[in-house]
Amino acid sequence: MADMTVAQIRALITKHKRWDLIFATVGVLALMVGVLTFVALFAGMVMDGAHRLSWDFFVNFPSRRAENAGILSAWVGSTLVMLVTAVTAIPVGVAGAVYLEEYAPRNWMTDIIEINVTNLAGVPSIIYGLLALGLFVYKFGFGQSILSAGLTLALLILPVVIVATREAIRSIPGVIREGAYALGATKWQTTADHILPYSVPGILTGVIIGLARAIGETAPIITIGALTFIAFLPPAPFTGDPPAGAFDWLFAPFTVMPIQMFNWTSRPEAAFHQNAAAAGLVLVVMTLSMNALAIYIRYRLRKKIKW
Amino acid sequence: MSSVAPTNTLNPLADHTVSARLAKKTTRHFRERVIEGVLFLCASFSVAITVGIVVILVSESYQLFQHISLFEFLTDNQWTPLFDDAHYGIMVLLSGTVISSLVALAVAIPLGTMIAIYLSEFAPFAVRETAKPFLELLGGVPTIVYGYFALLYVTPALQFFFPGLPGFNLLSAGLVMGIMIIPYVSSVSEDAMRSVPMAMREGSYAMGATRFQTAVRVVTPAAFSGIAAAYILGISRAVGETMIVAVAAGMQPNLTWNPAEPAATITAYIVQVALGDLPHGSIGYQTIFAAGLTLMLLTLFFNVVGHVMKRRYRQVY
Repeated sequence: MADMTVAQIRALITKHKRWDLIFATVGVLALMVGVLTFVALFAGMVMDGAHRLSWDFFVNFPSRRAENAGILSAWVGSTLVMLVTAVTAIPVGVAGAVYLEEYAPRNWMTDIIEINVTNLAGVPSIIYGLLALGLFVYKFGFGQSILSAGLTLALLILPVVIVATREAIRSIPGVIREGAYALGATKWQTTADHILPYSVPGILTGVIIGLARAIGETAPIITIGALTFIAFLPPAPFTGDPPAGAFDWLFAPFTVMPIQMFNWTSRPEAAFHQNAAAAGLVLVVMTLSMNALAIYIRYRLRKKIKW
Repeated sequence: MSSVAPTNTLNPLADHTVSARLAKKTTRHFRERVIEGVLFLCASFSVAITVGIVVILVSESYQLFQHISLFEFLTDNQWTPLFDDAHYGIMVLLSGTVISSLVALAVAIPLGTMIAIYLSEFAPFAVRETAKPFLELLGGVPTIVYGYFALLYVTPALQFFFPGLPGFNLLSAGLVMGIMIIPYVSSVSEDAMRSVPMAMREGSYAMGATRFQTAVRVVTPAAFSGIAAAYILGISRAVGETMIVAVAAGMQPNLTWNPAEPAATITAYIVQVALGDLPHGSIGYQTIFAAGLTLMLLTLFFNVVGHVMKRRYRQVY
C-alpha cells in the first residue's frame, strides 16, 4: 500500500466502486425476472381468458362445450371447503399457539410440539392429501366429500395459523400480563381479555395468508379423489334426499376452483384453455387480494400500535 | 382495644366470607385447569398429525412390501405398477423429481440469493418496502396457475429456441418452479442477512471496504446458517411441488437425466393415480403411499441436513 501513488489508490477505489454498481444492476435484474414473469403470466391470462369472464361464466356449470362452461360448482365448492377449513383450523391453531406461548412449561413435551410445528410447515402438501385419503376418506368413512377436503386443508394451514398467532402474542409486552395478574386476574382471564384481543390483527394476517394458500391448493384435494367434473351443487340445508339435515352438504361430492382449472388445462382443445385462463384469473385475483389484505393489515398494525 | 379495632377497619368482612371466597377460588382453579387441558390438546394436535402421517404412510407401504421386495423397489429401472407386467422401480420417479428440482434450484438459488443480497445491502428503503410484499405475492400465486403458465406459455417459448422440444418436458416445469421458489429463498435469506448486526458492516466500511465487498465477504458468511436454511426450504419446496410438474412435465414414468424429456415425478404419479379410480386396498393404491413415504423421507433428510447446518454454522454475535 505504502508505495502506491494517490492516483493508483483512486483507480483501485473506482474499480471497486464499479463492482458495487455492477452488482446493484444485477440485483435489480434478478428482481425484474420475478416481476416480469408475474407480469407475463398475468397479461397472458388476461389476453386469453378475459373475454370469457362474463356473468354466465360464474353461474354456469362445467360443460362439454367450452363456450357454455362455467365455474359455478367450482366456486361454490371452494367457498364451502374454505368454510370447513376456517371453522376447524382457526380455533385449534389459535388455542395451540396460546398454549405454547402462555401456558407451556419448559420441558421436553413443549420442545417436541415446537419442533413438530416447524417440521409440519415443511411437509409437502400432497403428503397431507395421502394422510387424508387413508384417514378421513377410508378410516373415518367421510368419503370424497367437502368435509374431507376442508379438514385436509385445515391440517395443511394449521402450522401457518399457529406460527402467526405465536408471533402476534409474543409481540405483546409482558407489562400487560403483569397488570392483569396484579389485579387478580387468572391466567385464562388475562389471555381471553387481554392477550387474544390485542393479537387479533396478527392472527387475522396469518389466517388470511393460510386461507389464501388453502384456496389455491390442488394436490391434496386431487389426492383424496375429488372429481373433476361436477355439474350440480351440494344440497342446501334441509333439501337433500332424506334424511334431510342442515349439514348434508358436508358429505356431498364437490369440485374446487384449482381442480376445475386443472381439468380445463389438461384438455387438448384450445377453447378449454381459454376457460382455464379465465378460471386462473379469478383464482389469482382472489388469492392476491387476500394476500394484499393480509399485508395491508400487517402494515397498519406495525404503524399504529405503540405499547 | 387498640389490638381489635385495626383488624376490623382493614378487613370488616374477614370473619364470615373467608370460606366463600376460598370456595370460589376452587371452582376458578378447576376451570383454569380444564381450559389449560383443552389448550394443551389443541397444541398436541399437531403431533397427532405427524403421527397420523407416519402411521398411514408406513402401514400402507408395509402392505405393499408384502407383495414386492424392498430391493426390487429400490433397484428396478421400470415403474409400471398399473400394467400387467408390473414393475416397481422408484428410481424412475426419483429421477424425474431430481431433475425437475435441479432445474428449479439452478434458477431459484442464484436469483434468490442475488435478490436477497440486493434487498438487504443495496436497495434504497422505498425499493425494499415495495419489493418485499411483491415477492410475497409471487409466492402466493396458486401452483396450478404456474402449471398452466409453464405448459401453455413457457413450453411454446422454449420450443421457439429448441424446435425439437416435446410439449411436455421437465425443463419448462423446472424453470417455472424455480421462479415460484425464488420468494421463499430470497425472503428467508434476506431476513438472515438483515439480522447480522450493523456493527459488523460498520467495521467493514471503516476498513475501506465497498458495499459489494461487505456484502460478499462479511454479511453473507455471517448469515450463512440462515441462507443455508433458505436453500433447504427451497429444496423441499421443489421436491414436493406437484401441480406444475403434473401439468407441464407429462405423467409418463421415464428414467432419464435429460431435462428436455417428459417424465413423471413422485408427486405427479400420486396425482395420476388419484385421478383414476383405483379400488381401495389394491396394489396400485398402496404404491402411492410408498411413493409418498419416499417423498417424505427425502424432505425429512433435507430438513435434518438443514438443522445440522444451522447448528454447526450458527454465528453468535
